[in-house]
Amino acid sequence: MPTITFVRPDGERIAVEAGNTESVMLAAVGRQVAGILGECGGSMTCATCHVFVAPEWLDRLPPMSAAEDELLDATATERGHNSRLSCQIPLSEALDGLVVELPEMQI
Amino acid sequence: MTKTADGDHADVLIVGAGQAGLQAALSLREEGFAGSIRLVGEEPMLPYQRPPLSKGFVQGTASADSLVLRPRSLLDELRVDIHCDARATAIDRARQELVLLDGRRLAYGHLVLATGSRARRWNGPGAELDGIMYLRSMTDAAALKERLGQACNVVVVGAGFIGLEFASVVAKAGLAVNVVEAADRPMARCVTPTMSALFRQWHEEAGIAMHFGARLAAIEGKAGQVAGVRLDDDRLLPADIVLIGIGGIANDELAAQAGLAVDSGVVVDELLLTEDPAISAIGDCASHPNVFAGARMRVESVQNAIDQGRTVAARLAGKPLPYRAVPWFWSDQGSLKLQMAGLVAQTDRLIEIGSRHERRFSLLAFRDGVFAGAETVNRPADNMLARRILAKPVPLGFAEAEAAGFDLKALAAAAPA
Repeated sequence: MPTITFVRPDGERIAVEAGNTESVMLAAVGRQVAGILGECGGSMTCATCHVFVAPEWLDRLPPMSAAEDELLDATATERGHNSRLSCQIPLSEALDGLVVELPEMQI
Repeated sequence: MTKTADGDHADVLIVGAGQAGLQAALSLREEGFAGSIRLVGEEPMLPYQRPPLSKGFVQGTASADSLVLRPRSLLDELRVDIHCDARATAIDRARQELVLLDGRRLAYGHLVLATGSRARRWNGPGAELDGIMYLRSMTDAAALKERLGQACNVVVVGAGFIGLEFASVVAKAGLAVNVVEAADRPMARCVTPTMSALFRQWHEEAGIAMHFGARLAAIEGKAGQVAGVRLDDDRLLPADIVLIGIGGIANDELAAQAGLAVDSGVVVDELLLTEDPAISAIGDCASHPNVFAGARMRVESVQNAIDQGRTVAARLAGKPLPYRAVPWFWSDQGSLKLQMAGLVAQTDRLIEIGSRHERRFSLLAFRDGVFAGAETVNRPADNMLARRILAKPVPLGFAEAEAAGFDLKALAAAAPA
């Protein structure tokens, strides 16, 4: 069961045991991690599950689709080089220990 | 499991465990509400996402479990006392109690009606035939999915979002599909005529036969099974499944029977409160004054359910604010990702950005010189930016938008004038 750590803008760290959810977004909303909204339920429609991935993890994630890339251009907090939509990060044991930072705003 | 409610009393009792009701419960806790919360729903399963029912679920790419919105463990942790499979039959306003089908009476401090809407039925000739399907609940979708495995010919009645999403799935699976619509264009109530025309063309190119201005005379059958749809011009469209997607009706009977005002939905004010200060209504069932429409309306959308859930929760936690969230919608039809921000009905000027030939473009709609909304196809970023522009306290004028070259990103970032 992978553990994902969400880091709030104020530095607070929230470790979540992801269980058998399918994505990092679902792991967050399943534990009411404030700062991940996921309003569209993961259909890549809303960009309210934006995260900044810790640099050492970036290359270990599946590549970004063109649609995700485009949607990241419209996030409420300006994207960085390490931005991803957490609904597009499928969970697996290989992601045990993943660290992502939460943006200031999602909408 | 932690029990939240004291006996049969809950400080906040939410009737309807869909997207809106669940959101109200979650947002109450996010707002720091410490009282007891009970959520009562008539479906047997935990609250789930409905949009994938007409797409991934019926197609077999999304499982029932994957649609559950929040795990039970979270609801327990947040002390949300959820009762599935429980049907409410009456509200006793004098005693502040909700009556369930099994006779139980649940007392409330505040009652939130989140009873949703149901599919409008076909009541004409042939309505009793096996094979007439609806698509609203997971039960509906599971039955439809099962039947689809043996079907050859599908008729969809109603060229709205649900009908076209399902027709796209069916066409992709290689089945023959006819769509019958009384209006003269698809999605006539929700999108601009320009967008309707493009979707009509694209769906026809994908092999979906579309019939506009067409009315059903009867659904015909053989040995109790659907066999075809007879139109009023006497044409017969063969069918072993008929999906009826002709809109929704508010579940407002509980409110009406309790003497509350209903008008195709439970009538609420801008705070989403009914005339009874102990009863609110949210989501599909709530007829509310909508600032973007400039009129009272009922909105069936995920956005409306979530934002009204948040609004009622904030009020019950002591932060009353009028409901004024920007409406937005989406409808994935095959490879076409259609999104709408704002309300584009009766707009008088359209600006097109992107490329409609590549099926990646947006229509920016203006009404009386003011930006009213955007329709986007496979340009989800434009939808987000349009939402942000519409949420600003000062509306965006046409001249200002034109001066910025209709650059949504720049316009969204600009400080309000």
